[in-house]
Amino acid sequence: MAVRTLKIDDKDVAVEAGATIMEAAQEAGVQIPRLCHLEGLSPVGACRLCLVEIEGLNKLLPACVTEVWEGMVIQTQTSKLQDYRRMAVELIFAEGNHVCSICVANGNCELQDVAIEVGMDHSRFPYRFPDRGVDLSHERFGIDHNRCILCTRCVRVCDEVEGAHVWDVGSRGASCFIVSGLAQPWGEVDACTSCGKCVDACPTGAIFHKGETTGEKQRDRDKFAFLSTAREEQQWTR
Amino acid sequence: MDLTELREVAQAEKERQGSIRVHCCTSTGCRAASSMEVFRNLEAAVEEHQCGDRIEVVSVGCMGFCGQGPLVQVEPGEQLYEEVEPDDAGSIISATVGKGTASTTQLDPHHPFFAYQTRVVRQNSGNIDPESIEEYIAVGGYESLYKALYEMTPEAVVAEISNSGLRGRGGGGYPTGLKWATVAKMPGDQKYVICNGDEGDPGAFMDRSVLESDPHLVLEGMAIAGYAVGANHGYIYVRAEYPLAIKRLQKAIQQAKKYGLMGSQVFDSPFDFRVDIRIGAGAFVCGEETALIQSIEGGRGNPVPRPPYPAEKGLYNSPTLINNVETLANIAHIIREGADWYASIGTEDSKGTKVFALTGNIRNNGLIEVPMGITLRQIVEDMGGGVPDGEVKAVQTGGPSGGCIPKQLLDTPVDYKSLREVGSMMGSGGMVVMDQDTSMVEIAHFYMEFCRGETCGKCVPCRTGTVQLYGLLTKLLKGQATEADLEQMKALSYMVKDTSLCGLGQTAPNPVLSTLRYFPEEYTSLLVKPAYLNGKTAEPKPVSV
Ligand SMILES: Cc1cc2nc3c(=O)[nH]c(=O)nc-3n(C[C@H](O)[C@H](O)[C@H](O)COP(=O)(O)O)c2cc1C
Ligand code: SF4
Ligand code: SF4
Ligand code: SF4
Ligand code: FES
Ligand code: FES
Repeated sequence: MAVRTLKIDDKDVAVEAGATIMEAAQEAGVQIPRLCHLEGLSPVGACRLCLVEIEGLNKLLPACVTEVWEGMVIQTQTSKLQDYRRMAVELIFAEGNHVCSICVANGNCELQDVAIEVGMDHSRFPYRFPDRGVDLSHERFGIDHNRCILCTRCVRVCDEVEGAHVWDVGSRGASCFIVSGLAQPWGEVDACTSCGKCVDACPTGAIFHKGETTGEKQRDRDKFAFLSTAREEQQWTR
Repeated sequence: MDLTELREVAQAEKERQGSIRVHCCTSTGCRAASSMEVFRNLEAAVEEHQCGDRIEVVSVGCMGFCGQGPLVQVEPGEQLYEEVEPDDAGSIISATVGKGTASTTQLDPHHPFFAYQTRVVRQNSGNIDPESIEEYIAVGGYESLYKALYEMTPEAVVAEISNSGLRGRGGGGYPTGLKWATVAKMPGDQKYVICNGDEGDPGAFMDRSVLESDPHLVLEGMAIAGYAVGANHGYIYVRAEYPLAIKRLQKAIQQAKKYGLMGSQVFDSPFDFRVDIRIGAGAFVCGEETALIQSIEGGRGNPVPRPPYPAEKGLYNSPTLINNVETLANIAHIIREGADWYASIGTEDSKGTKVFALTGNIRNNGLIEVPMGITLRQIVEDMGGGVPDGEVKAVQTGGPSGGCIPKQLLDTPVDYKSLREVGSMMGSGGMVVMDQDTSMVEIAHFYMEFCRGETCGKCVPCRTGTVQLYGLLTKLLKGQATEADLEQMKALSYMVKDTSLCGLGQTAPNPVLSTLRYFPEEYTSLLVKPAYLNGKTAEPKPVSV
């Protein structure tokens, strides 16, 4: 296997050709903020938090979808990137209703983690007070669209790992929302196997187990990476 | 079909055509002003005068001066009638047979609006019936395809396009020959050619007009492209709001198939080429190439990160050539006349002509095709006749992705580089003229409203950033914004521009940034003034504790 050598935040790294910058960063022990990316699911490059600077390029590239090349020199923490990331997180907080103190994911939330990571203590943008619904029609789970950040992890996990394709994105722009089935209540979608993978994949408190109270949400994320490699490599004998 | 037969069709068609042709525009612009009724009345008048053997009424495509439509032109001769009412039809035919004068005003065919134009792409527009393949063949149509197939190797075709210096007319201005060469070099048996006819820019109708007025020209360009890059399947993506263009394209494809110019063994050669139409639901973002591909595949029209570029991995993961309608409409002309001829038009880095939709506060509205390098002043003042009452304040080029060019820069030549240098871009060809009463903040507000509504919503900066920018602009227009809001607007504009996934978000803040650059005082004059400067209160009120 061919190897590529590169520099991330002044650290030398060698990774297999075809690896993404994010994988290389992991190898180098550099943490790049992310929200839409989840190991085991196809990358989409939607949240734009993982953008990095590459020497010689004036465009910022997303680490989760960009493959490494030989001799790349990458910066992941320049002040411009930090400013942009913070602004992106502020924009997300202003877009939905993220009242952490009453959220099932409080303390176990990736949005919260990222906010802390980028140093966001308040949003400089006006809150938009969107009026989004809550769907509790499923027997075991619920979705609160107010907390959804449209990362589409649920869409991908259900399609790519569970193979049920219950979720999709409806509408466009600011009115985008996650739909189940053919825009039916979740509980009425026969395709749902109630496997709970979407609950595990959701970075926020948007999709939850019924009965979970504030701060109770826990997830098993490694499962997806295991399942998706296992499927590719046909390792079904455990 | 071979070349002899093709020429026979051309000859027969020329013989069939009446010695006098009355061209009546039946494209969308004129149709909206009842040109179909004019057309029918013209036919009825010919019948009445029993001069059908000499005079033929032809339904043609757009002649360009759409603001004065419906237009009727008599060939040969210099009569070009404007704003023709259905009732005028009889008198036009009478005048044509030499009995009396027409009851409608005429346009001067030497008017600068026409005189400054160089028509390549629009050469046949307004001169032939777009629904007749024979008329297209009679003006030399499909000869370039024959020439490419029988006299040139695919490599030679690519080289010809490269040498012509043609650059993409869909907005980006990427060198067309280079794109073709990339797709041609990609390995694989299955490749595709896509014609991008989505055209979502507000105010733009260049591509619609080309498709409506000369559909075969685009099909021929696609077939030549297919031969050059090794693709035997083409898709033409047109938005559903263009029913006439779709109808004429469908007809054109059928006619070309019948003649053996599309489908299997084009011109009896080993080259197969089929074209399918895909109708888009009319989302601006679907014009973005990766979103367009998703849409053709039946998915949601969301852009995906590039690389890989479509040239490498496009439709159904195969190498795909995607070009704009106008780009493809240049191809047959380049093959026929040669790269050198094409390269002799225009400037050093921008060859050929560009079609613009000239709109806004301007006397002569319409569609123009001008050689690259012409100045904005020539377009706006000479061709467009300037602002009806008052003077030009700025010209917006490049649609929502472009910028506003102030009047002191009107001598800027229209080429890719110069427009970029002044903070705008060529774009796909929208050109909106604004007069002294236009508020530049309102213009920025308008374009932001458009982008806010059209963003696909996939990536955070574009989805939420456009909403916040729109909010800030609204606040400013309401006189409620402070200096801090203005600073935030700038910072957010750069963030959205630098971090969005696709071209929509990357360019959405351009109208804001370009108006801020040239008209900063329009922004600052709208800022809230501290109350004590308003003359209402002499001094700031002491805060009581
Ligand atoms: C938001 C967005 C909308 C676009 N809309 C169009 C369009 O309507 N027509 C078009 O030809 N190109 C459009 N483009 C550019 C295309 O992505 C692509 O660059 C072009 O079709 C390539 O053809 P060309 O090289 O012949 O210009 C758009 C790009 C963006 C980012
Ligand atoms: S529970 Fe499983 S099947 Fe049902 S929506 Fe979630 S991921 Fe899909
Ligand atoms: S519901 Fe959760 S996983 Fe799905 S898009 Fe929203 S935030 Fe992401
Ligand atoms: S920039 Fe806008 S249109 Fe493009 S992917 Fe992002 S949200 Fe969609
Ligand atoms: S993690 Fe890369 S864009 Fe979201
Ligand atoms: S639409 Fe009739 S002249 Fe343009």
